Amino acid sequence: MPNINEIANSAKDNADKLGIKKFDIYGSTVDDTSVQVDQGEPKQVKASNRSGVTVRVWNEDNTMGVTSTTDVDPKGLELALKTAYEASFFGVKENVPDFSPEATAPIANKPQDKTPQAPVAELIERLLVAEKELLAAHPAIKGVPYNGLSQRDIDRFYLNSDGAVRTESHSLASVYLYSKTEEEGKKPRSAGAFRINHSLDNLDINGCIKETADKTISHLNYEKIKTGKYRVVFSPEAFLSLLGGFSNLFNAQSILDNQSLSTADDLGKEIASPLLWVFDDALHPANVGAESFDGEGTPTRQVSLIENGVLTSFLHSAGTAKRFNTQPTGNASIGAKVSVSPNFYHVFSTATPEEELSLETAENVIFIDDLQALHAGVKALQGSFSLPFDGWLVNKGVKTSIESATVAGDFLEVLKSIIYVEKEPELTPGGVCPKIWVNELSITGE
Amino acid sequence: MLTSTLLLSNQLPTLQYSSTPERFDETWEAPLATLLGLGRAAGADFIELFLERRNYISCLAEDDSITSISPSLSTGAGVRVFRGKADCYVSTNDLSFSGLKAALEKGLSILGLQLPTPKAFIPEINLELLRDYATKRGKDAWLPVCSSIREMGEVLLDGTANLKQKASHVQSRRATYFRDWQEVLIASSDGTFARDIRLTQSVGFNLLCADGANRASIGERAGNTSDANFLRTWDSQQAAEKIAESAGKMLYADYVESGTYPIIMANHFGGVIFHEACGHLLETTQIERNTTPFADKKGEKIAHESLTAWDEGRSENAFGTIDMDDEGMPAQRTLLIEKGVLKNFLADRTGSARTGHPRTGSGRRQNYTFAAASRMRNTYIDSGEYSIDDLFTSVDKGIYCKKMGGGSVGATGQFNFSVDEAYLIENGKITKPLKGAILIGEAKEIMNKISMCSQDLEIAPGFCGSVSGSIYTTVGQPHIKVDSITVGGR
Repeated sequence: MPNINEIANSAKDNADKLGIKKFDIYGSTVDDTSVQVDQGEPKQVKASNRSGVTVRVWNEDNTMGVTSTTDVDPKGLELALKTAYEASFFGVKENVPDFSPEATAPIANKPQDKTPQAPVAELIERLLVAEKELLAAHPAIKGVPYNGLSQRDIDRFYLNSDGAVRTESHSLASVYLYSKTEEEGKKPRSAGAFRINHSLDNLDINGCIKETADKTISHLNYEKIKTGKYRVVFSPEAFLSLLGGFSNLFNAQSILDNQSLSTADDLGKEIASPLLWVFDDALHPANVGAESFDGEGTPTRQVSLIENGVLTSFLHSAGTAKRFNTQPTGNASIGAKVSVSPNFYHVFSTATPEEELSLETAENVIFIDDLQALHAGVKALQGSFSLPFDGWLVNKGVKTSIESATVAGDFLEVLKSIIYVEKEPELTPGGVCPKIWVNELSITGE
Repeated sequence: MLTSTLLLSNQLPTLQYSSTPERFDETWEAPLATLLGLGRAAGADFIELFLERRNYISCLAEDDSITSISPSLSTGAGVRVFRGKADCYVSTNDLSFSGLKAALEKGLSILGLQLPTPKAFIPEINLELLRDYATKRGKDAWLPVCSSIREMGEVLLDGTANLKQKASHVQSRRATYFRDWQEVLIASSDGTFARDIRLTQSVGFNLLCADGANRASIGERAGNTSDANFLRTWDSQQAAEKIAESAGKMLYADYVESGTYPIIMANHFGGVIFHEACGHLLETTQIERNTTPFADKKGEKIAHESLTAWDEGRSENAFGTIDMDDEGMPAQRTLLIEKGVLKNFLADRTGSARTGHPRTGSGRRQNYTFAAASRMRNTYIDSGEYSIDDLFTSVDKGIYCKKMGGGSVGATGQFNFSVDEAYLIENGKITKPLKGAILIGEAKEIMNKISMCSQDLEIAPGFCGSVSGSIYTTVGQPHIKVDSITVGGR
């Protein structure tokens, strides 16, 4: 398997050989290993070493074509370039994607390099210990049906025919545990947790075990909840899931495509409670998977999306930035049609709330820990959602697990109905965020 | 070329194979048989090699322009090694003999197995004569017959023009198409040696209509395997009419009032209820994880006596149709439930070995980066004895779920799925459109509440995500009545 520099050089050589004058290439190689266990035995080990590149080629008429390939030997790269060239004659004639004006801009803060991978036997051993501890945490916990411990090395590059060359490497290790209970005469209950870090040594496996056990045990005594309107507290992960589901709000490409809840004129408009600030911040210190450039080679950065409830900016590719007469933001993926997506949310508040709220003192609020089936229950273009969730009815600090319920509402109304943004942020896979209190939402139980 | 089974381990680096690089044919037998023998000599109980080549293209039309043509080419292989209860799966992009050998060695070493000493004999595994489903059915000719880029563009632009004509209050119109051509070769240490070509295509619309604060977004998709002419036969005018009508009705719909209702669920994509509420729970993958309430219920009544359900790989051109699964086993027709009684589970090779249920040709995977797992193919509730009128007249107040969205099922058997197009039923009649409904329930309970099935079975294409990735499947059913279910809304 060629390494990332060999792939990059070979791609460039092939483009030159084919007489392709304008092109850019984004590629990556991933070397990962993951393990699963089942009742004290290794279940499956997966290892993968794979590469892929996406090439864009502009023809003499300046229309563009694209091809992706995993054949990263010289022959495969040559075929990909030829295919992209052929496709270029069917490319868009207006607003043709172009190189990012920042593809050669210097990058100040490069994320850290790779760390050595641990032996597979060590991964299995650590996961077996985690499973054992989780099973011992409570007699009702009978299994950990979903679990995994993985480590991954990622190398990425971007280059173009104008001389841009970027490479970067980093390592990740992650663990997830999802346990299930069985008790006579009761329904099975389940819950899980996830941790990620740069290396296995820094991975908080014990924290993952504890969170999984605590959550699972807290769901043992469950009750139906009466259908009605409730004050709702979203966990950091739940709120970021919802924010992610409606990310078209900030997506400049979606706005241009009429596929957004925002319009180009909405900048400066108050769309949320003044308590809410939202940044997209790929380089946030807590983002262990931070990448310093996007699929077009644009450096990533902190982008302020909402300040004091006011919509302040959108996420841009090179193409959308040009059409909005602004700068790209490092959120693009390479492609025939360049897509834009958030990197890492940072949600917080700078305002002083009218009153401090706490789950220790609040009465009959719903604490939503995990939203499910977002792919089905979020109507991103309508602004509405109706989602099953895991959570508790909390009354003066006493948590009672809720059996089988849904939460429904309109996301723009949710943003306006935020009454409290807690101070303590928590790290989730999608960003950092504190608990978010919303005045009232529809809950369907019995 | 390998000429003898008496191969010594130290000869491996000098072997020269000349496998056909552009096609998975008999020339791959020798190198694969050698690798399988090497794995067995190292002490593995079972080894499987899965080779894949893919030629994919997608096309997107937005309003009156083609905005994306995205070809994608890929090749890769997966090596699965079993030792006792443990197994290891290694994937690579490198299909050279040395690349496959490196992947095999990695898999062996992960399981604590060592390569034989230099002077050890490497037995060659005797593979069966290549079972070539592609050649047998003329599939090698498919790819050149498929629509060209130009034709894709013309069909999609014609489609969005139809949408413009049929729909009102249009905010955006999209037509999407993809063609996924896949060639696979499977060789395993039990002698399996099989090749197939799959051609999967899908085309559809997404329509967003808006009038002030009222918004409706509706999608509709057709799918096919095995018909290279599929895109040419797509009736975009009829599809546009259908989606425009749905969007028009849902644009001004009220939000559903949450509660517990009897529902009637339409045929076609309505079959997602069975897919989520029961189908997943009949995969041996779920038995292995102890995440199905049906694990020990074979032969027992788990559903209403009106319900019979199948999963099979053989429906002509259906989206989940396969001639063989991704472990080289011919697809079969599997009776899941007969008149409410659980008859069979869906088993892949590993699931069969670990649970004792017979293999059903259900080992499937998204691509070479995933190990196969027991997965659904074309899954549907069979036709019943009632008319649609019978179903409606049995409901005083309920909800007609005409068009379903996606759904999911969790580790405890709780499932959910959304309804994209719904109507209130009052006194057996449809009275007004509703939006925002999501249905939730528990598999064990709901299966006994599907009390009436009509006679109009229809199937629909879908995408199913699970442990071995996203795969093409079919859901289906006639109109059915569910006596009561929790409907989440506002």
